[in-house]
Amino acid sequence: MKTHAVRRHAVGIIAILVSAVIFLVPFAFLLLTSFKNVQDASFLDFSWPKQQFVFWENVVAVFQTNDYMLITAFINSAILTVASVTLVVIFSAMIGWVVARRASRWNGVVSMLVLAGLIVPPAIVPTVWVLQSLGLFKTLPGLVLIEVAFGMSFSILLFRAFVSTIPRELDEAALIDGAGPLRLFFQVGFPLLRSVIVTVIVVQSVTVFNDFANPLYFLPGAENATVQLTLFNFQSQYQTSWNLLFTDILLITIPPLIMYIFFNRQIVAGLTAGAVKG
Amino acid sequence: MTTLSQAMRLKSGLASRRSRRSAGSAYPYWFFLPGAVIFSVLFLIPTFASFYFAFTRWDFFTIQFIGWDNFVMFFKDPQLMRGFTNTLIYGVLTSGLKVVLGLALAVLLTSNITARGYLRAVIFFPVLVSTIGVGITFRALLDPFHGLVNKTLAGFGITGPGWLTDPNLALYSIIGVDVWKGVGLATLIYMAGIVAIPRDYYEAASIDGATGWKNFWSITVPLVAPATTTVIILSLIGGLRSFDLIWATTRGGPGFASDVIASVIYKQYQAGYYGLSTAGNVILFVVVTAIVLPLFLWFNRKQTDL
Repeated sequence: MKTHAVRRHAVGIIAILVSAVIFLVPFAFLLLTSFKNVQDASFLDFSWPKQQFVFWENVVAVFQTNDYMLITAFINSAILTVASVTLVVIFSAMIGWVVARRASRWNGVVSMLVLAGLIVPPAIVPTVWVLQSLGLFKTLPGLVLIEVAFGMSFSILLFRAFVSTIPRELDEAALIDGAGPLRLFFQVGFPLLRSVIVTVIVVQSVTVFNDFANPLYFLPGAENATVQLTLFNFQSQYQTSWNLLFTDILLITIPPLIMYIFFNRQIVAGLTAGAVKG
Repeated sequence: MTTLSQAMRLKSGLASRRSRRSAGSAYPYWFFLPGAVIFSVLFLIPTFASFYFAFTRWDFFTIQFIGWDNFVMFFKDPQLMRGFTNTLIYGVLTSGLKVVLGLALAVLLTSNITARGYLRAVIFFPVLVSTIGVGITFRALLDPFHGLVNKTLAGFGITGPGWLTDPNLALYSIIGVDVWKGVGLATLIYMAGIVAIPRDYYEAASIDGATGWKNFWSITVPLVAPATTTVIILSLIGGLRSFDLIWATTRGGPGFASDVIASVIYKQYQAGYYGLSTAGNVILFVVVTAIVLPLFLWFNRKQTDL
């Protein structure tokens, strides 16, 4: 029994050490470099700043770059994330709700389209072409709709699975009281879906906030970039200033980090859905 | 008696018909409409259109049908062809490594070792960091001269290679970073699968004298098959379409050594070859569908058999 406990702790300690080297060192390196000045950072050493501790100066410098572009980018990313996630939640919940409640020939079609949405890579240039003919290319509303279109499949899957676990009796009680379909959905359905809605919101907002390819394709140009695009643009501008580059990475990692700290359980629930049932 | 039962049947028939009608109007089809419009316009139409534009020389203003020329060019040009083979290597290796490492880590993290919560958080956190951020960080860590990795190797007297600058190595280095970033998700999925296995199986096996290794192969591996399916399919879909990480680390370089189809699509789009870029999209579509769809259907069938 005792040797068992010793072995258990030994394995644990080895795991902690190995994980620290593999997973924590890169983050520590990121943090340490963001404390340094340009010259100090250029050595890429894993060390405490040798010359000056200039973290705040770096933060200010990053914000000031290109006329406070990062602030515009944060605002753009916030609008993009909030708008697209709101629409994804409402529209996919409506679809998941009807598909799970009403057996019809449409269900097969919906399943097939959801599968296509998950697997098929979006066709870049034809999408640009469609956006352009709608006058939505290089606009934030256009990008919002793109994120909605690409994010719905996954959300519909979660909603459909969840709605089918809610007993119908509640619906029927509301129907007897004379509720219409919209009232039924928003006043009875929506509150019951709360836990899965939180999951979709958290997973989807981290995805949209971290998205790089879609803003790169559909919202090009420096003036209304998202935070991931500014990071990418800074990369060529700060070629020699690793300290500023890493400070920028740190700043734009804060929102997902907050999400992770507060909604750890919902993220895990959303991402592992389907692992047990397949 | 008969009339009573007839009346009852009639009544129940009426009730069921009424409830069916009310069920219909309570869950109307127009609920599909907003989502369906956005999905059709921005996903379905471009996807169908790509099958036409792939056969054209196209710059938004003029369009000329040129048959299979774009595809011929894609497979004849060694650089574009390299992108094709790299995509397959990338998809298969990342998903294979995520299965093996994810399962190993999940077994470790569901056993009762110390500091499970810490380990889980640490392994999962990179999943949430932006891919561009991860790419830039690893460009610094893997720098051939100053990078932490090669400096550490030098401490042991080993001359580290140019991880991202050696044409034979760049793609595999990026695959390594991809696994570093994504293994946390595979681990979580496997943990959910392992936790769902009833303890009785292990107890019965231990009565029969099975040891840890035997347990792993005869109980854990077969019973986490649904999790394996999820991990393989998710990482194949992500890996075959991968763009962000490659773009942030090497932009497909050095030369074209680490190009994949997705980066070729972007490069051709930037260069103004819209038809060729769209042909790349169609090829990617065929590759992803041809690999993922049969797997998906096969695993689904297998599961309904069980």
